Amino acid sequence: MSGTLVVAEHLNGRLRDVTRELVTAAQELPRPVSVAVIAADPTALADLVDLEGVDEVVAVSAGGDEFENDVYQDALEALIGERQPEVVVLGFTVNSMGYAPAVAAKLGLGFASDVFGFSIEAGRVVARRAFYGAKVHAEVELPAGVPAVLLLRPTVWAPAEAAGGATRSDLAVTTRAPRARHVRFVEAPVGDVDITAADFLLSIGRGIGDKENIERFLRLAEKMGATLSVSRPIVDSGWMPSARQVGQSGKTVKPKVYLAFGISGAVQHLAGMKASGTIIAVNTDPEAAIFGVAHYGAVVDLFDVADELEKLY
Amino acid sequence: MKVVVCVKQVAVLGDEVEFTDDETDVDPDYVERALNEWDVTAVEEALRVKESLSESESEVVAVSVGDDEAEEALRRCLAMGADRAIRLESAGVADPLTVARALASVVAKENPDLVLCGVQSSDSVQAATGVMLAELLDLARVAVVIKLEYDVASRRASVHRELEGGLLDVVEVDLPALLTIQTGINEPRYATLRAIKQAREKEIEVVGLPAGGPGAYRVRRMYVPERGAGAELLGDDAVAVAVRIAELVKGRLS
Repeated sequence: MSGTLVVAEHLNGRLRDVTRELVTAAQELPRPVSVAVIAADPTALADLVDLEGVDEVVAVSAGGDEFENDVYQDALEALIGERQPEVVVLGFTVNSMGYAPAVAAKLGLGFASDVFGFSIEAGRVVARRAFYGAKVHAEVELPAGVPAVLLLRPTVWAPAEAAGGATRSDLAVTTRAPRARHVRFVEAPVGDVDITAADFLLSIGRGIGDKENIERFLRLAEKMGATLSVSRPIVDSGWMPSARQVGQSGKTVKPKVYLAFGISGAVQHLAGMKASGTIIAVNTDPEAAIFGVAHYGAVVDLFDVADELEKLY
Repeated sequence: MKVVVCVKQVAVLGDEVEFTDDETDVDPDYVERALNEWDVTAVEEALRVKESLSESESEVVAVSVGDDEAEEALRRCLAMGADRAIRLESAGVADPLTVARALASVVAKENPDLVLCGVQSSDSVQAATGVMLAELLDLARVAVVIKLEYDVASRRASVHRELEGGLLDVVEVDLPALLTIQTGINEPRYATLRAIKQAREKEIEVVGLPAGGPGAYRVRRMYVPERGAGAELLGDDAVAVAVRIAELVKGRLS
């Protein structure tokens, strides 16, 4: 076993941002870095992954133009069989969730996901990840003697810059007829407001408790000159449309001010707003993960603060 | 159509944390237990499949790996409307591959048409157990499903896979299949008091764990993360907090 293998992610013929982050993350280990691109015709994408720190680009011709989990599984198994990498890094993304755990289960590999740090200690891969609602962190040790598959948390590492100079190789893989087949993409519905364009977002989460409270926060946002955005539970409950959702499965926002009421700060939410200029969080749980990225915080009842803000505007 | 739903009684941490003596897990005294939110959604989806078919044609079986307390999760599934429940006896927390192996031993015998799991558990967030289980059972699978339509006659389902940014991938999948279910696909029902009472009387089949292989990982050390500089606290008086927020907003937007 040797080297680090990165699996590139792409969609509609474009490289996804997480791929550049994976290449930067791979530099954590003093090992040669290979990046595999899996596509029907990987030639054009192979040029795009020739990034700083990449030693080799492997173009894997397999499957169709878009992701299908059986195809990616067969291709990754072939890559691992041929290359015997010490570590395989992929994004902690919906695509990876569809096949990487299957590869690990089939080949009996080490596996950990939502990883935000990793190293090799005494021949074992050690990954750092969170448990219990991100309130505690842990070091997990992956089994020795087999490749370790790590799904890395997006937006932790800076994207690698373009370079050019990696060696190129090709791998032809025969894959099975996929049992789950891509048909088409459906774009997320466009809403009446564009939360990505707002300078000031007033964002509400599960802590507001009841659907009846949506209306008052819409009013408060209007009074304060803010746009109302929400976290996932509010959309899941059907209280607000998904166009207002901040987070990995919603929108990535970067307003000047992000004022969060009753948002605990799931990892997927934080990934969508942590680049905001000033983050102010109001939450009754002092251990809420959002205080880890907030610049200002208040552990106080959000309705009391909302009442007072209404008086001030 | 037989639908198996795999569920987990997750651990929810309160404000305070203490670790076990070997520092590899949280002290059980500091957690509360609850049925994983994603799994509640998966159970609801399974019940909707069942209810779209006639009584004799369909069955929903809930399966969980865990200790006595995991039976609470299974009782909730029964109260919601699951027909049977099976618990694989296991103490303590395990990695997703170990859990998937355990589930496979029971689910294989059920020979289901559809296996539904939550996308992830709130306490471990691996998003891996379902897809590992699919592999061990050699089932077609789709992860992170936000819409499910199926056709019994053609043995196929059409599902929406929810990608980052809310983009949907329409996927056609052959049955039998395993799907991991994303929250938001439905609004889970509440069990009636009567159903909760009846579920208490129902028998939960308990089976032993199969012999396992090596796990996907081993927790070496668990710790409370450094918060760094952290947020500057605005105090705990709502009036003062509101005044400071108004000042901050004004300052940053000017």
